[in-house]
Amino acid sequence: MATPVELDIQKTRVAHQWKHDSPLIACRISPAGAQCVSTAQDFSIQRWSIPAGERTVLKGHESWVHALTYSADGSMLISGGCEGKLIWWPILDGEPKPIRVIEAHSGWIRGVERSSDGKTLVSVGNDRMIRLWSIETGEKIAEWSAHERHIYSAAFHPDGVHLATGDLLGKIHVWNLTDRSLVRTFDGSTLYSPNKGQAAEFGGVRTMAINSAGTELIAAGTHKGSNPFGAVHEPLLLRFNWNDGALLKSHVSDGIPGGLLYRTCCLPGEVAAAVSGGSSGGILLYYGKDQEKELHRFGLPSLARDMDANLASGLVVTAHYDHHIRVCALFAA
Amino acid sequence: MRYANYACGSMEHRLSRRRFLQQATTTAAAGSAVIGGLGTLASGTAAAELKRNDMRIVIFNMHGGLSQLESWDPKPGARTGGPFRAIPTSVPGIHICELLPKTAQQMHHLCLLRGVNTAEDDHGKGTYMMMTGRRQTPSAEYPQIGAVAAKMLHDDNIGLPGHIIVTPGGGGGRGNEAAYLGPKFASIHLGGDKPPQHSVKPDGFSEDAERRRHEFRRRINQEFLSQRRTAITDAYTHSYEQALRLMERRDVFDVSKEPEKDQQRYGTHDLGRQCLMARRLLENGVSFVQVTHSNYDTHNDNFNFHIEQVGEFDMAFSTFVADLFERGLLEKTLVVVMSEFGRTPNINLYYGRDHWSKAWSIVMAGGKVARGAAFGKTNDEGTEVVDGQVDHGQIFHTYLRAAGIDSSQSLVVDGREVPMADPAAEPIWKILT
Repeated sequence: MATPVELDIQKTRVAHQWKHDSPLIACRISPAGAQCVSTAQDFSIQRWSIPAGERTVLKGHESWVHALTYSADGSMLISGGCEGKLIWWPILDGEPKPIRVIEAHSGWIRGVERSSDGKTLVSVGNDRMIRLWSIETGEKIAEWSAHERHIYSAAFHPDGVHLATGDLLGKIHVWNLTDRSLVRTFDGSTLYSPNKGQAAEFGGVRTMAINSAGTELIAAGTHKGSNPFGAVHEPLLLRFNWNDGALLKSHVSDGIPGGLLYRTCCLPGEVAAAVSGGSSGGILLYYGKDQEKELHRFGLPSLARDMDANLASGLVVTAHYDHHIRVCALFAA
Repeated sequence: MRYANYACGSMEHRLSRRRFLQQATTTAAAGSAVIGGLGTLASGTAAAELKRNDMRIVIFNMHGGLSQLESWDPKPGARTGGPFRAIPTSVPGIHICELLPKTAQQMHHLCLLRGVNTAEDDHGKGTYMMMTGRRQTPSAEYPQIGAVAAKMLHDDNIGLPGHIIVTPGGGGGRGNEAAYLGPKFASIHLGGDKPPQHSVKPDGFSEDAERRRHEFRRRINQEFLSQRRTAITDAYTHSYEQALRLMERRDVFDVSKEPEKDQQRYGTHDLGRQCLMARRLLENGVSFVQVTHSNYDTHNDNFNFHIEQVGEFDMAFSTFVADLFERGLLEKTLVVVMSEFGRTPNINLYYGRDHWSKAWSIVMAGGKVARGAAFGKTNDEGTEVVDGQVDHGQIFHTYLRAAGIDSSQSLVVDGREVPMADPAAEPIWKILT
C-alpha cells in the first residue's frame, strides 16, 4: 500500500503518461496504487504498472468496455463490455487471462461497482436490469428491473444496505438491498437534456459517487444541451443530501460550452472531483461543498473520457482520446 | 374538347394540354377534375398504364445522415467499427448491425446497396441529390421523386393526394418539391399521425351552406379562369377540390382506427405511428409516402443516439416490411431507406461520427428490386467503396425502374423535353428483376 499523502488539488500535475495504440475509453487505478488499467476502442484492456508504465494488453471482450472495478484486495479486475459480458481477470498475474466470463446483460453494460464490504458486484446497463453478483464466485445473487430507460450508473452506499442507480432521464433510485425495495428517488432530471428540435434524447446520470461518511450522493453529467449533436452542452454536478434526497448544490463551471462529466469521485474535505470531456477538451474539476463554481480546475493535454482516484497515493488517472493514459499527482512535486 | 386558355396563350401550352387531356380520358378523372400542370407528360398511354399498374413508393428519410456502420455495413473489430457487433440475417452470408435484430429477420425482402458514393457532404445538397438524382444548380430545378411518383403513378380518383410527407410534429403545409411538374404534385405534410390540419368542416356551417359556398367559389373561379387561366390558377383550384375530397376521406388518416395490437407491433413512439399511417395511406392508394425519422446528425455521442434511434426504426420498419409482404403490397411498393449521406468511419473525440458521402449505404425493397441481396462493398475500414459503386443519378433511375417507370423517357415542359432522370446515368440493372 502506498504511503498516504496529503492531497492538494491546487498542485495537480501530470506525473506520468503512457500511450496505447487506440483511443482510450475508461480507466481505474488499483487499491494499492501500484497499477492502473484502461480500455480502448480496439476492445482491449491495458494494464499499466505505476510508475514504470509497463503495459500488458488483455484481450477477451468483443466490444468496447465502459465498466471496470477492482476487487477490494486488488487481485481481481472485473470488466463489463458493450457486448454484455462480465469478465473476471486475475490482474496481478504476469499475463492475465479471463478466469470467468458471464453473459450478464443484453446490450451494453454501463457500470460495475463493488460494495463497501468487497463481496458484492453490481452491474447495470441498457437492458434496464440491475444485477448483483458474488465477486468471489460469480454467482448471481439478485436481479431486478426498475428504470424506464437505460441505466447509466450505480453506487453502493457505505452502509452496505443501500444502492443507488441512475438513468438517462436523470432518475436516481435508492434501493434497500435486503428486500430490493425502492426507498426513494432523487430528482436528477436537470442532467437529462433532451433537444426537441433535434429529436434527441441526451444526458443522463453519467456517473455517481457517495462520500465515505455516507451523507452525500454526487451525480454528474451534462446540462444545457442546446446542440447535443454538435457537442454543445455544459458540465453539471449535483450534490444531494443522502438522507432526504434534497438537492444541496448544483455545481456548474464557466467557460466550458462543450463539457460533459464522465466520472466523479469523492475526495476528502467534501470535495467532488470530476473529469470533463467534450469539445472544450479534457479538464479536471474540483467542486467544494459550499461553492457553486469549482474550487480549482486543471486542464489536461487532451480530451478525457474517464477518471479514477486513489486517495492514499494521491493519484488520479485519466483515459484520453489521444491514446494516452495519464497519471496525475495531487500533491507537491 | 376544350383547350385551356392560358394567359400567355402559347401554342405549346395548348399542345401539351391536348396531350394531357388525351391521356386523361383514359381515367375516370378526365371529365370532372380540374387539371393542373403545364402539360408535363412523357407518354399519355404509358402513364395511364402505370396508373393501372398500381405501383407505389415509400421512402424512409433518415434525416441527418444515418451511420452505415451502425446499420447496413457494420465493421466490427475494425479501427473504425465502434462498439456494436454484426448479426446474421435471414439471408445466409449477409450480416447487419446488432441494432437491427428485427430487420435482420426481414433481410430476405431487402436489397442493401453498400457502395453509395455521392461525393457531397452538405445536408441540403445531399438531400436534393438523393431526392432528384441530380446535383443542385442555379440554372435548373428538378422535381423530387415524390412529385414524379405522384405525376406518373397516382390516380386522382381516390380522393387522396398522391404525394404525402409524414414528419414529426408540425404539418399542414405543402412543399415545393415539384419544380416544373407544378404545384399539383407538391407534397402535403402530415404532422406525425394526425390528419391534415383544418380538414374538418367548421361546426357553424351546415351541409347546405357548404354546398352553396363551394358552388359560388366554382362559378367565380370559372369566370376568372375563362380569361386568366395559368398553371398556378389551375393548381389553386385543384387544391380546393382535393381538400374537399380529402375531407370526405379523413378517416384514412386516423391511425387510432388500427387495432391496438397493430399499434403495439409498430411501437408506441412517433415513428411507429407514422409507419402505421404510411401503411394506411399506401393501402388506400396514395402513390408516394415519405416518412421522416429524425435525427441522425450525430457528430457527438453517435453510439448512444443510434441505440435510441435505430432501435425505434428497427421495430417500426421491420413490422412495416413484414406487413406489406403479408398483405401482398410489397410487390407493388418500392421501399427505400436513405439519408442525405452516411457518417465518417473515423470516430471523433466526442464518440461522434461526422458527414461522409464517399462510402455509405441505402436500402431498397419491393417493387422490381431483387430480394435478399447485398450489392456493393466497402473496404475493411469502410472508408472507400471497392466494388459496386453507385451514385445518386443511378439510384434515382433505379427508384423509377423499380416502380415500373421507364426512367429513360422525358417529360414535356413548355414544349421542351426534359429527361425524367439524369441521362448521363443509368439504373442499377443488377438489382432490378
